[in-house]
Amino acid sequence: MRVALFVTCVNDTLYPRTGRATVRLLERLGVAVDFPATQSCCGQPQFNTGYRHETEPLVRRFDAAFRAYDHVVTPSGSCAAMVRDNYPRVGAKAAAEGRGGELAEAAARAVTKTYELTEFLVDVLGVTDVGAYFPHTVTYHPTCHGLRVLGLRDRPRRLLAHVRGLRLRELDGAEECCGFGGTFAVKNPDVSAAMGADKAHAVEATGAGTVCAVDNSCLMHIGGTLARRGSRVRPVHLAEILAATEEEPYA
Amino acid sequence: MSGTYLGMPAFPKAARDAVRNGTLRGNLRHATHTIRDKRARAVAELEDWEELRAAGKAIKDRTLRHLDHHLVRLERAVTAAGGTVHWAADADEANRIVTALVKATGESEVVKVKSMATQEIGLNEALEAAGVRAYETDLAELIVQLGDDRPSHILVPAIHRNRGEIRDVFARRMGRWGRAAPEGLTDDPTDLAEAARLHLREKFLRAKVGVSGANFMVAETGTLVVVESEGNGRMCLTLPETLISVVGIEKVVPTWRDLEVFLQLLPRSSTAERMNPYTSMWTGTADGDGPRDFHLVLLDNGRTDTLADEVGRQALRCIRCSACLNVCPVYERAGGHAYGSVYPGPIGAILSPQLRGTGSEVDASLPYASSLCGACYEVCPVAIDIPEVLVHLRERVVQGGEVTRQGVRVTLRPARGHAAERAAMRAARWTLDHPGALRAGQRLASRTRRLHPERLPGPGRAWSDTRALPKVPAESFRDWWQRTRGGAR
Repeated sequence: MRVALFVTCVNDTLYPRTGRATVRLLERLGVAVDFPATQSCCGQPQFNTGYRHETEPLVRRFDAAFRAYDHVVTPSGSCAAMVRDNYPRVGAKAAAEGRGGELAEAAARAVTKTYELTEFLVDVLGVTDVGAYFPHTVTYHPTCHGLRVLGLRDRPRRLLAHVRGLRLRELDGAEECCGFGGTFAVKNPDVSAAMGADKAHAVEATGAGTVCAVDNSCLMHIGGTLARRGSRVRPVHLAEILAATEEEPYA
Repeated sequence: MSGTYLGMPAFPKAARDAVRNGTLRGNLRHATHTIRDKRARAVAELEDWEELRAAGKAIKDRTLRHLDHHLVRLERAVTAAGGTVHWAADADEANRIVTALVKATGESEVVKVKSMATQEIGLNEALEAAGVRAYETDLAELIVQLGDDRPSHILVPAIHRNRGEIRDVFARRMGRWGRAAPEGLTDDPTDLAEAARLHLREKFLRAKVGVSGANFMVAETGTLVVVESEGNGRMCLTLPETLISVVGIEKVVPTWRDLEVFLQLLPRSSTAERMNPYTSMWTGTADGDGPRDFHLVLLDNGRTDTLADEVGRQALRCIRCSACLNVCPVYERAGGHAYGSVYPGPIGAILSPQLRGTGSEVDASLPYASSLCGACYEVCPVAIDIPEVLVHLRERVVQGGEVTRQGVRVTLRPARGHAAERAAMRAARWTLDHPGALRAGQRLASRTRRLHPERLPGPGRAWSDTRALPKVPAESFRDWWQRTRGGAR
């Protein structure tokens, strides 16, 4: 089984800890994971803002970077959703514009092998107890694309349930969007901030010291809002919780 | 669509005022959360909801694929049953037809059943200009009309008003439109309903002309269907001598068997009821029962153009239930008025820019009025993939491309005002397509990270005014990988 990590451009640049945690976790579970350095961004910001043609080279790049692998694992619900849900659309539209089936074929190859981290753990590896230790109170925010596009359902919660020492606090209105939405956050800053403030309020009301999710971009928005409010709640990617053990605790 | 909405500001600007209005936010939050929870319970009662939803989608798609055939069949059936069918290509034509029909009766007032199509074409304003007064009889539409206000929700047009505000509107304005509100009116819902009942009863009994829309038109028999909760619609549909119905062409269903599916989907999705209290159906005219004259105005107004778009056409499946509004986190904060159209919320954000085009500032901004969270798609009873259409329309705004306008294929140029963004997207794509350049950028950001400000100037303020910036790490992931794993592969 040749497994590649698609770290995503946001994690690569701003949250390398999440990438390192994913590698540590997978290796602990016996998976030899590779990082093809020709990878970059899935193209979600371009595509979701309407720049589909700017997305096309990134679809080709993704396909080329991961072509030699059986599985591509990514610690991001929305980037996995971009590949699985939108790559076929990019391919189909290019074909409809009379530019052949090359992109559609690249998209089809990417779709079948790309997994969000919790899907890979639960569905491919068949584990829900990854031997993690995280002695803190945590609340979980199910991010929209993981929840509604990928259909992650209770996979993240089943993984969290087996983390030793972790006390899960229920988040009120958990399935409501945090208001990040990619370029929405700056194109509609007032509505985005109002949604973020409500989410931050709900997070604080749980009394948890940590808010976790499967997407750092949403956590950047929720965490940034919490920080501006002077909150002590810290945003932590689920991969970092699952990677933490008694021998190598979260730091 | 209606001229009332011309010159509306772009969505972000209109939404800013709503976000800062605490009363409005409170009213909307309370109302949308109440109805969304009720809908979830009503839908959960049915074991075959997903099958019903798939059937609703399939019936609408099949009908739209052969729309011309079903409309001609409908026209034949309505005509055979004693009605008269008129075809209106756009809002102006529909308004001219209705105005002439009302004028021909010699009347100077009409009573109206709640109707989105007549709002879409601005019929009340057109009638007013011709010296005909149109009275809205739906309770919430009455509140909007008396308050000289605009509807902000498809199903609950006065959702932005609370009881106290409604009491004030009734007490101040009812007298100018007819029977005044009773002295000492309270904000008790029973008292408010009674005041409306007395005010409207006078109009129902006097009116000679009724104007309606329809939720469905059954082609096989030429039957029109209106579903409602109050019974005021039925008064308007049965008491007047002349009934004029203005209906969008996408409202046709081929048979009664098809209608059955929608009569289950619609009430549970909209009012969270197993069945709506009043379902009125009529087929042409009948001697001694109901209106003597019945006119059906079939409205296109951009629908055929929308049908020509392979991705966008799914918006025509909409049955106007407003479930998408009630779950939308953006609608909940921005309110309906910010959408600058009679169709607010997620469905409005994909319908208005298709029916009206993306030429105006507000229409070009509507596809961006969403975080693409997908809650709308999840609840839509006819499975309209609203996020997919939003992104498709964003493309139309910034990339341009082929569209159909008044039946003609035209190539749209990218909208103005996106030059800086386009340049940034190109630059980003170039960098991301050149990992060496990406790495150089990451290293530069890491080296200078102690100099990064807490808040950004210019456009960056849109982020940093309310959110702390992420701290740039000392080392990117790819550099860590190369350092620790020797850059395998």
